[in-house]
Amino acid sequence: MYQYDEIDQQIVDERVAQYRDQTRRYLAGELTEDEFRPLRLQNGLYIQRQAPMLRIAVPYGMLSSKQLRKLGDIAKKYDKGYGHFSTRQNLQLNWPRLEDTPDILAELATVQMHAIQTSGNCIRNITTDQFVGIAPDEVIDPRAMAEIMRQWSTFHPEFALLPRKFKIAVSGTKEDRAVCQAHDIGLEFYRDANNQIAIKVWVGGGLGRTPILGTVIREHLEWQHALTYSEAIIRVYNLHGRRDNIYKARIKILVKALGIDEFRSQVEAEWAHLKNNENTITETELARVAKHFDAMPYETLAAQNADFDAAVASNPAFAAWVKRCVHPHKQAGYRAVTLSLKPHGSAPGDITSEQMWAVADLADAYSFGELRSSHEQNLILADVKLSDLYPLWEKARANGLATPNIGLLTDIICCPGGDFCSLANAKSIPIAEAIQMQFDNLDYLHDIGELELNISGCMNACGHHHVGHIGILGVDKDGSEWYQVTIGGKQGNDASIGNVIGPSFSADEMPNVVQKLIEVYLKERTADERFIDTVRRLGIAPFKAHVYSPKETNTEVTA
Amino acid sequence: MSSLISLKNDVASVASDNWTLVKLPESQVEERKQAGKVVLFKLTGEQTVTEAQVANTVIPETGNVIVPLSVFIARQQALKTRIAQGEIGVWLATHELLETLTQAQADLNHLPFIAIFVERFADGRIFSLGNLLRTRYGFKNELRAFGDVLRDQLFFLKRSGFTSFVIRADRSAQDAIASLNDFTQPYQGAVDEPRPVFKRYNRGA
Ligand code: HEM
Ligand code: SF4
Repeated sequence: MYQYDEIDQQIVDERVAQYRDQTRRYLAGELTEDEFRPLRLQNGLYIQRQAPMLRIAVPYGMLSSKQLRKLGDIAKKYDKGYGHFSTRQNLQLNWPRLEDTPDILAELATVQMHAIQTSGNCIRNITTDQFVGIAPDEVIDPRAMAEIMRQWSTFHPEFALLPRKFKIAVSGTKEDRAVCQAHDIGLEFYRDANNQIAIKVWVGGGLGRTPILGTVIREHLEWQHALTYSEAIIRVYNLHGRRDNIYKARIKILVKALGIDEFRSQVEAEWAHLKNNENTITETELARVAKHFDAMPYETLAAQNADFDAAVASNPAFAAWVKRCVHPHKQAGYRAVTLSLKPHGSAPGDITSEQMWAVADLADAYSFGELRSSHEQNLILADVKLSDLYPLWEKARANGLATPNIGLLTDIICCPGGDFCSLANAKSIPIAEAIQMQFDNLDYLHDIGELELNISGCMNACGHHHVGHIGILGVDKDGSEWYQVTIGGKQGNDASIGNVIGPSFSADEMPNVVQKLIEVYLKERTADERFIDTVRRLGIAPFKAHVYSPKETNTEVTA
Repeated sequence: MSSLISLKNDVASVASDNWTLVKLPESQVEERKQAGKVVLFKLTGEQTVTEAQVANTVIPETGNVIVPLSVFIARQQALKTRIAQGEIGVWLATHELLETLTQAQADLNHLPFIAIFVERFADGRIFSLGNLLRTRYGFKNELRAFGDVLRDQLFFLKRSGFTSFVIRADRSAQDAIASLNDFTQPYQGAVDEPRPVFKRYNRGA
């Protein structure tokens, strides 16, 4: 992965000094609350219900074992001994003290980490697919470009105070796993007819209050122009995006209001001036950065391993884990492994310091000392030999990291919700836990098959509920907590936004509502049909009918 | 103590201000809250200047003055000699269009001075305006930021082409100078240094 040189190190060190002084001035009363807010936000520091929350950047989800060990240490020393992986691949600490944050940042800087622009109205952490670099269907490894864009966006002077936050995702696979269409800018890398690296540029996607999937603004952009073209887009947005209403301030609203054709012509007019300027990426720079992402020193291995096959055949628990948590790899004899941060009955994405240290050890022992975080809030060891899978599983299991539920109903994406977040309408973590307990039977869970269930505590949609096959949204009705349910949302190339099935439910009702949705699916599905396929084929009517059927029938069905 | 920081040959110092700012008189008209037709959103919630305001603006007879864009356009003929003598600068609010200025004054370098007024420090349009004035319209003279200008935005303002800064009156300009140098080697090319770090520094192969 990318290693800092003296330039990168100096920038994070200078940032620590700058932020330390800003915090000092705030605590000394030299900066007002309003003046300090954007400064601390651009350093990932939210003030939320219980305490500040610090969001630490994990650029495009890549971590070294050394970094994860340090994160474990920091969570122990400055927090309650755990952290939370977010849906944007970052790590959040829920209980640091404001006074300690400069020291935390200084410690992070010693392992080439920071919290720069993890929040605030600026260009945020750039995200990508967790299987980047190793996925069999990958056409281009976009990490070098993501790193180049990370550097370009860091303290970009023109875009330091945008109308609203700005999120960029990159992907280089046939099947988009980076949710490019749900980002302000999505860059889909591909090889064009001349076998050159090209980019399909999406713009104006975003979830939140007004979920909108992005539109293609340019089908073909040569990679050299990624920065200048992005500058053209963001400049039009910076000048013309609304600043009077934060709910209408995202670029998606501007794109919708102008229409994509008008927006595109403004961007192209701007780009005509910027194209080929000094920010154009050179071959040398791409090569310099790309070197950091060279393939690992893989051994030459057979595609099969007899011991592994025997273990799968004889051990059903191991076989279940392999089925759900082990993923294909482009190198023969290697696999990627997801360590589930979704054990049933606990907060999705949470990880203790001890687990962080254990995962760091596993990465060192089995995966070249590197790992990734995913937007589904799990951790991935990307380069594991077939022959190592069994010992890895045993150790992961001993640390509570081997729940075989990846891609299944209990692999829930969930925002912090009312337990932590001051914007919440309702709690979300207890709903996730209750649903996980309802579906705790693994055979049943595996029979239900692939299903994405996403929960947000309010319409800001941090839990991506709109694109969950089942989406749950916390709503406020006369001061009490209710939950609205959508079905039919999906991420990926054929992304869609879910439909509301009807009036909302109380927290107690939620596990049973999900149960009923599943009952309809199990009854109606054809062979090989996933939940989402059944919903797309039948529409919401039969699901709605069963969920809202009168109480008597309820008792009959469950009896 | 002056609130003005002036940047000359990359050296910043607190300087005395020899420009007089001319403001528009208070508007009697209610604030219009609607999106403009030509440039959607631009006018949302922002006050439009009325003819009465322009007519009632008093410009000092002598000395260096900075006039509002709307007044500059309305009185360009009357101010002709003073413009030629380099006594007239123009200021714009962040929602105003640079094109309005360039239509009236094709070569901006006839103006010794342009200033941008930022009402709230979080309004980042000022950075794009500075950048466009320097890179698109080739403006070479003094470019000033005034209004809600605070030290934590100075580094970005400098990189966006601004060369003088009126720090908000309740803050120390002397203290603020330090923030102009928060970062030694910024990554990306911008107005003050168009080359990104990968073009000006050998980062190895
Ligand atoms: C507890 C503190 C948090 C606060 C106050 C907060 C606040 C917000 C707000 C206000 C928005 C809507 C922005 C908009 O649409 O313009 C938002 C969106 C979002 N948040 Fe959070 N959030 C918090 C925690 C999180 C966490 C923990 C995650 C990840 C698990 C997260 C991930 C996201 C994502 C992915 C979106 C954007 C979806 C989109 O509009 O594209 N947030 N957040
Ligand atoms: S979705 Fe709402 S409740 Fe959940 S973290 Fe985001 S802002 Fe808070």
